[in-house]
Amino acid sequence: MSPAFMRLWGVPILLGVLTLIGLVAALLGDGLLDYVSAVALGIPVALGLWHSLRRQGS
Amino acid sequence: MTPVTIRRWAWIHKWSSLVCTVFMLLLCITGLPLIYHHEIGHLLGTEVASKAMPADTPKVELDRVIAAAKARYPGKQMMYMSQEPDDDTIWNLTLGDNGTDVNYKATAVDARTAEVLPTPQFEGSFMSVMFHLHVDLYAGLWGKLFLGLMGLLLLVAIVSGVVLYAPFMRKLDFGTVRRERTARTKWLDLHNLLGIVTLTWLFVVGATGMINTWADLMFKYWQSTEMAEMVAPYRNAPPLTSFGSMDRAVAQAKALEPGMKIGFIAFPGTPYTSEHHYGVFMNGTTPLTARLYKPVLIDAQTSRVTDSRDLPWYLTALLLSQPLHFGDYGGQLMKFLWAALDVATIVVLGSGLYLWLKRGVPVPARAGKLDETGLVPALASQGDAR
Repeated sequence: MSPAFMRLWGVPILLGVLTLIGLVAALLGDGLLDYVSAVALGIPVALGLWHSLRRQGS
Repeated sequence: MTPVTIRRWAWIHKWSSLVCTVFMLLLCITGLPLIYHHEIGHLLGTEVASKAMPADTPKVELDRVIAAAKARYPGKQMMYMSQEPDDDTIWNLTLGDNGTDVNYKATAVDARTAEVLPTPQFEGSFMSVMFHLHVDLYAGLWGKLFLGLMGLLLLVAIVSGVVLYAPFMRKLDFGTVRRERTARTKWLDLHNLLGIVTLTWLFVVGATGMINTWADLMFKYWQSTEMAEMVAPYRNAPPLTSFGSMDRAVAQAKALEPGMKIGFIAFPGTPYTSEHHYGVFMNGTTPLTARLYKPVLIDAQTSRVTDSRDLPWYLTALLLSQPLHFGDYGGQLMKFLWAALDVATIVVLGSGLYLWLKRGVPVPARAGKLDETGLVPALASQGDAR
């Protein structure tokens, strides 16, 4: 895949895959898988929050 | 993408979102307390609690539990009884004037003492208002189907939004928020950022929510096909004169499905069974199968099993899609993330509405050049032009 494609879609694809892992993991079991799910779902949330609130260069 | 293609997708995105946004805001706002309905119930004191007793305190017979509930509401007939998956000390029972009474009475009975516990009624409570606004807008099946249609529009808005992400973000790093530009540019960037972050979650929650709006239809279809077949031998049977023991009925169901536990029991005359049967709905015990039901129909006079079959694929799919909508299968951390994603979605919806209200004067379409800058002629305002 071209660098331009990955620059645009790399992070969104990664976040999508993480979200899916997070949604499915907790369905399959309790205990450890609940934490896997929380981490996988937590990364997109944290990234969205961080980029929304950080001061960005002018 | 050519400017014309972009404009078409922008049109799809604009109208699919505009039509559903108000309802989606309502769903997001009412969904927030629903994520925490147990906790809110405890706070408001609307959750039934049983007395602390040693864990191995023996349980009383189910027939005594039922008798206690009937004594609390004399003259009414039993509709359903069930237990919360994590609390076997309480039976929740509903009674009504008939099997489909919408003004049913709910009562909780202690499973160890057969004592009737004080039971706040759900209808009319704060959570019931949230529930109705979220599920059916107080308009029954049609309300549900309408919200399902809005859910479909949301899915269209999400897909078209992803398509539009490319031309808007081609020149920008992920997560860029141009705060130094106009307010509209800042909110456009936030809309794109939070839209793409919540994308997968919102698509799954939206799609499973839409599937849930069809639950009544699927259930009616099951009732008129498989359930009708199961109870067909009883079509001309005379009305029940006496009820067989519930303890025997449950023992029979457990003997048939040793690895399962009781999900809920439907009494004769309710939609989940016939006029002549106890419908014992069994759950599995793994996280996945605990969501599914296996109906065991039991002759309500003799307490003998008459039929039992697995649910059809469409009801299985419905039941498995429910946790993905509710977010109630991964503990407190998952609930918190569900709430956070819900709030992020409110920002996406609100910023989308703002971008439309502040759409300003469209930049004249000088196709090639504008496309190079990554701005969409149909959506961009002059404030964005570089």
